[in-house]
Amino acid sequence: MKVAFLGATRGMGRSLSRLMAARGDELFLLGREPAGLERSARDLEARAGRGSVGVAVCDLEQPAGFAAALDAAEAGLGGLDAVVVTAGVFATQDVLEQDPERARRILEVDFTDTVTFCEHARRRLLARGGGTLVVFSSVAGERARKPVVLYGAAKAGLTRYLEGLDHRFHAQGLRTVCVKPGFVKTSMTDGLPAPPFAGELDEVARVVLRAIDRGQPVVYAPPIWRWVMLVVRALPRSIMRRAGF
Amino acid sequence: MLCGWGRVPVAGREVRSEDLEELTRRAVLCRGLGRSYGDSSLPPPSHPVVAATPLADRILSFDGATGRLRAEAGLSLRALNRTFLPRGFYAPVTPGTQLITLGGMVAADVHGKNHHRDGCFGAHVTRLRMRVADGRILECSPEEETELFRATVGGMGLTGHILEVECRLARVPSTWIVAESERIHDVDRFIDGLKEAGVRWPYTMGWIDCLSRGSLLGRGILMKGRWAEPDEAPPGLPRPRRRPSVPLVLPGWVINRWTVRAFNAAFFRCHLPRVRRRLVDPESFFYPLDAIGHWNRMYGPRGFTQYQCVLPESAGRGAARRFLELLTRRGGASMLCVIKDCGAEGIGLLSFPKPGISIALDIPIRDDTQDLVDALNELVVTERGRIYLAKDQFTRPAHFRAMEPRLEEWTCIRRKWDPEGRLRSAQSVRLLADRP
Ligand SMILES: Cc1cc2nc3c(=O)[nH]c(=O)nc-3n(C[C@H](O)[C@H](O)[C@H](O)COP(=O)(O)OP(=O)(O)OC[C@H]3O[C@@H](n4cnc5c(N)ncnc54)[C@H](O)[C@@H]3O)c2cc1C
Ligand SMILES: NC(=O)c1ccc[n+]([C@@H]2O[C@H](COP(=O)([O-])OP(=O)(O)OC[C@H]3O[C@@H](n4cnc5c(N)ncnc54)[C@H](OP(=O)(O)O)[C@@H]3O)[C@@H](O)[C@H]2O)c1
Repeated sequence: MKVAFLGATRGMGRSLSRLMAARGDELFLLGREPAGLERSARDLEARAGRGSVGVAVCDLEQPAGFAAALDAAEAGLGGLDAVVVTAGVFATQDVLEQDPERARRILEVDFTDTVTFCEHARRRLLARGGGTLVVFSSVAGERARKPVVLYGAAKAGLTRYLEGLDHRFHAQGLRTVCVKPGFVKTSMTDGLPAPPFAGELDEVARVVLRAIDRGQPVVYAPPIWRWVMLVVRALPRSIMRRAGF
Repeated sequence: MLCGWGRVPVAGREVRSEDLEELTRRAVLCRGLGRSYGDSSLPPPSHPVVAATPLADRILSFDGATGRLRAEAGLSLRALNRTFLPRGFYAPVTPGTQLITLGGMVAADVHGKNHHRDGCFGAHVTRLRMRVADGRILECSPEEETELFRATVGGMGLTGHILEVECRLARVPSTWIVAESERIHDVDRFIDGLKEAGVRWPYTMGWIDCLSRGSLLGRGILMKGRWAEPDEAPPGLPRPRRRPSVPLVLPGWVINRWTVRAFNAAFFRCHLPRVRRRLVDPESFFYPLDAIGHWNRMYGPRGFTQYQCVLPESAGRGAARRFLELLTRRGGASMLCVIKDCGAEGIGLLSFPKPGISIALDIPIRDDTQDLVDALNELVVTERGRIYLAKDQFTRPAHFRAMEPRLEEWTCIRRKWDPEGRLRSAQSVRLLADRP
């Protein structure tokens, strides 16, 4: 599989890209920082023990660069079967309420910029007769919760957008995979108290890769979060108003 | 709260990041996967934050012709082994767990079943990239900034933060191990057995039942291993197994004198009297304990400590017997203890091994644990042996100083690189009089 990957430098993207490289997928990395991208590309090459991994700069906050970055990826790969987006930003509600500019940027990056990037990617995949678009949303978009009001709202929008893509383009060969991670121990969640069922990187990557191979439209990772969210969605408003989580 | 593998907690927390340069800017201590048993990876009381390295795990380069690897310090030994075994390379030295980081392997200068032949891990390290106490980033090696290099290998993270490690992997002929094991009936024969086996076998060690007494004192199972030649090995790779886990902390009474005695006796008896030879996968050979997740919960809510010392050749082979006699007399109920002969001292100024016999045992924490460790340390001082810092949580400063004639030279170098004593750990506060 020829894969353009936005966000492989850290966290779940790093783990997932390694699994893909190890089994022989061809990767092209997109990201905002050239030195970090190069290091990650060398890591993937060393782990796979074959092939070479290309890189191009692509910052979610610079939508003007999306087309060129995806051009570079398609040229480097000589094709395109899948686009994976794990890039995203997070901050707690307390922080964002103190810092409206940061709140605006998170809404912009996690929703508008990500959706804009996906629009570019989806057009290219459809032009080739189809392909897979994998995007990391969040369980935070499933039910509004006090600690993640703003971030959750952006992810809720992203989830709906991906659902819409699936409805609209499935018949034309677009497979949309919306990944909903629960709490996963990455640097994004550093400093936050880990809830029960906190996930490990390797496990999450395995679950997501299986979902990609099956073209599953929605995947919870770790899988237990599907049941956790089933309960959380069912809680009445009166409880959500009082609960601290 | 934060604890070492022995599960004795101190106040503290980890900050994790992929970016070690950023992470170590203000840190006083790095922590890898926390597999040191005692307080080596725990922060000093006044700065209760450690820089957690495991997310910084990129491989930077690998040369398949020479086996030379360069990687970030948080790379786990398991990832290293699993990545390179299919290509015919393995860690040149490996301890009894692979759930550790390259940084932790350098900082403790770990040893393995091949110490008698290949020395410690530090002997295979060609270069380190470090952040030193004044904030600078620099490289050191056996040729360049030699003092810093020698003080860092085995220096328990106290001379600087290791950012990247360059080392040589060992080329292996197959992906399987030929293992032999046999029963040994007492400690003296054990020491002879290790010596004899070491001539032909690259990997040797033994499990001894340290509750048996008298003529059976130190009976156990001697294990030997080598990499299988291609024509002896089955085709294909061994498959990694799923591991069961101890789901919760067991009550403290589970491990007691009687259960341990029964377990140890069963372990001995289950092995047939004759030599047993098998083809095994490297993970079950090198890391039997990794097969059970969270096995450290077995020792109950108070946790446990591991005591490991080396008794030098100069003390004669009676030293091991004297050690075990003291242990059985004091009633230290340990599950199996591990015995291994050590080869020559390496380049690390504070590294643990020296020629002689190393003995390691788990001690569940009880009210008298401090007394027991003190008593064992008295004996080790008398025999001119020393203890392993990566396991320790109870040794007193005076005992440690008496065991370590090299401490002064190491401290001088450490002070040169860190005059204000910024880098420190709970262990260095306890043992080396660092400021809290
Ligand atoms: C089941 C088991 C079996 C073992 N068997 C053996 C054995 O056979 N032989 C042996 O030698 N050891 C053995 N050990 C001990 C283990 O190998 C060492 O304690 C090792 O240091 C653990 O690595 P870690 O990454 O978990 O480091 P941690 O435990 O997190 O840290 C250990 C020390 O390394 C320092 N450190 C870690 N990373 C860095 C860095 N990047 N820069 C600077 N300092 C750093 C820490 O400050 C600390 O002082 C065993 C441990 C277990 C649990
Ligand atoms: N961790 C969790 O518990 C959790 C839970 C639910 C959902 N999620 C979502 O899952 C995804 C991955 O999370 P993670 O924890 O793996 O995150 P992470 O470790 O913080 O990694 C984030 C990745 O996004 C990239 N990135 C950030 N901003 C960018 C920008 N403006 N342009 C391009 N790339 C950018 C980062 O690149 P750099 O290297 O350049 O920084 C990095 O590779 C995110 O979308 C997150 O919202 C995470």
